[in-house]
Amino acid sequence: MKISLFVPCYIDAIYPKVAISMVRILEKLGHTIEFPEELTCCGQPPFNSGYWDDARRSARPVLERLKDAEVVVIGSGSCGAMMKVFYPELFAGHPEEASAKALSAKTWEFTDFLVTKLGVTDLGATFPHKVTFHDGCHGLRELKTKKQPRELLAKVRGLELVEMKEAETCCGFGGTFATKYASVSTAMGEVKCASAAETNADFIVSADSSCLMHVQGLLDRQRRPIRTIHIAEVLASE
Amino acid sequence: MSDVAIAPRAQFFEDADRITHDTEHRRRIQTAMGKYYVSRYSRQALFRNWQEARQTAAETKWAALKELDKHLEAFERNATARGTQVHWTSTGEQARQVIVDIIRRHNARRIVKSKVMTSEEIHLNQLLEQLGYDVIESDLGEYIQQLKGEPPYHFVFPCMHLSREEISDLFENHLGTAQTHDPEELTMIARRVLRQKYIDADIGITGANFVVADTGMISITENEGNARLTAALPRVMITLVGIEKVLPKFSDLALFLPMLATAGTGQPLTGYNTMYAGPKQPGESDGPIEWHVIFLDNNRTALLADPQQRDALHCIRCGACLNVCPIFKNVGGLSYGTTYQGPIGSVITPHFRGLQDWKHLSGASSLCGACTETCPVKIDLHHHLLHNRRNAIDEKRGFLEGMLWRGFTFLINRPKLFSLSIKLGRLFQPLHALVKGTIFDPAAAWTKSRELPEVAHESFRDYWKRRQSK
Ligand code: SF4
Repeated sequence: MKISLFVPCYIDAIYPKVAISMVRILEKLGHTIEFPEELTCCGQPPFNSGYWDDARRSARPVLERLKDAEVVVIGSGSCGAMMKVFYPELFAGHPEEASAKALSAKTWEFTDFLVTKLGVTDLGATFPHKVTFHDGCHGLRELKTKKQPRELLAKVRGLELVEMKEAETCCGFGGTFATKYASVSTAMGEVKCASAAETNADFIVSADSSCLMHVQGLLDRQRRPIRTIHIAEVLASE
Repeated sequence: MSDVAIAPRAQFFEDADRITHDTEHRRRIQTAMGKYYVSRYSRQALFRNWQEARQTAAETKWAALKELDKHLEAFERNATARGTQVHWTSTGEQARQVIVDIIRRHNARRIVKSKVMTSEEIHLNQLLEQLGYDVIESDLGEYIQQLKGEPPYHFVFPCMHLSREEISDLFENHLGTAQTHDPEELTMIARRVLRQKYIDADIGITGANFVVADTGMISITENEGNARLTAALPRVMITLVGIEKVLPKFSDLALFLPMLATAGTGQPLTGYNTMYAGPKQPGESDGPIEWHVIFLDNNRTALLADPQQRDALHCIRCGACLNVCPIFKNVGGLSYGTTYQGPIGSVITPHFRGLQDWKHLSGASSLCGACTETCPVKIDLHHHLLHNRRNAIDEKRGFLEGMLWRGFTFLINRPKLFSLSIKLGRLFQPLHALVKGTIFDPAAAWTKSRELPEVAHESFRDYWKRRQSK
């Protein structure tokens, strides 16, 4: 399969290892990766802020560039949901409506792609650590990816998964919410960090680097020893 | 709108900022909600198919609202046939007037209320107190909030944020009772005071959980029995209810009563479920001599006319969306400054009281969707928050923020410039340490509580280029 990799801005700039790990995993499975370098962002920030005109302006190049893609894979539940769930709504009644729907149909969040589309769970990874999994809300509720990451983690050698209390509760990132409502976002994050810490895990694993950026920022400030890591990096560990 | 003293937005930020730092508040609400989750989800599991039940409930409400006029007329016909007087009011002002007229006509002095959220919506207590009437809330939680001089914290659990100690102090100060931290005893203190109030009251005011069209009844759900006393003892009964509370058929209650109890409090059925069908009938020995049902619109028809968000009128006010909302749990109910707190409040308040004044509540969400997932009548709550944000901007584009998004779009549509900005970010990041924590910190909103991530030494884009050129 020829897979077009959509790399969200924060993965590109801050967490390139996530995308590199995805490339490694998908190539190992025999697929060809194409990286549309022209694309930088799915347009979610202006969309969530209510600026849908600007969101459309940001999303049009994505529609155009990925028009002929076979499948599109994204290492983020949040950007994945934007393209899969919200693009059709964003472009409803606009000339691009059909192409938004077409893109939605062939767009996959990474863990969902592996488990549901490719039907693989064992990637031969080894990660000898105790981990807990944080469900990113967009992945969990918009894309319904509760089981997929857990099935993947279950096959990782040496990995022990301990569920934290209220794993499904939002970490408080929420994009621009994190700065517009910083104190609320922080309080939510503190609750999340505390329940993750209670598990005594070494790592908080998630399918969303954006959540992890916020959580890691809090952990660093609070000097908690637990680290965060994207699931793609875990699955690429040998 | 002019019914608020401080700008609602400023008030929200001030209160939210205070409460989010109150770790005792956080602990207390977490504990209470933890208990709720256990009972709620175990009750929910007893439904043969909760998801189907939700679907049926949503469809029933959808159908009810689609023919709202017919159902309301049917209710009126059936209720008036048994001597009930039905009033239609468009605004809070009109509803208040109808109530005051009834009170005056009966020369009433003392009024007892059971839980009536709609009366909070029209600020009824303030008016009646101003006019010199003795008004008392008989729901225990609301009574405590009334003594405290605060609106309800949560529309199902009005005083859940208070400790027993605080309640005991309140009782000591207002009622002169001895300190006790035993919940039983605290309840008994309130009950003793309230019993006399029911007996003395001239008028009882209730709300309604459901308005049953085909039988002309209202259904009230409660755990304390106070609504029954409010309805039964005073001479005159007034029921104030929003027009959206209608259910077409009596048999619909077979689904809605257990559903409300499950989602609201994690009970199989709430303690008391009473159907009221009219004032005292000839030959009956008790009940009010007059019963007035006042229907309130207060912008509900405007919401009904909104094809995207009309499902917000499905709400059965179970409070479940508040209970699962991480925003609610961290900012607390009073920060909202609204009659209806939490996700449903954030969705409907802009419709009821003005979008521009209340849009900040729709912004105060990470859009996590826990509310939508839990809502028994399947209101698309978190997407409506998103829609409110969009509608607010379509109506009035923010100048500074608008510029920001224009700039953002300009940047991300130019990959070279975008790459350059990442490189600049990497270059300048070490300098950030110089301003971090000062008023010059451009990332202050982030760094006040969190560390910034580091820009990677090589972006994925650059990695890919390097790889391709090999
Ligand atoms: S919106 Fe749904 S969950 Fe929230 S109070 Fe209403 S019915 Fe309950």
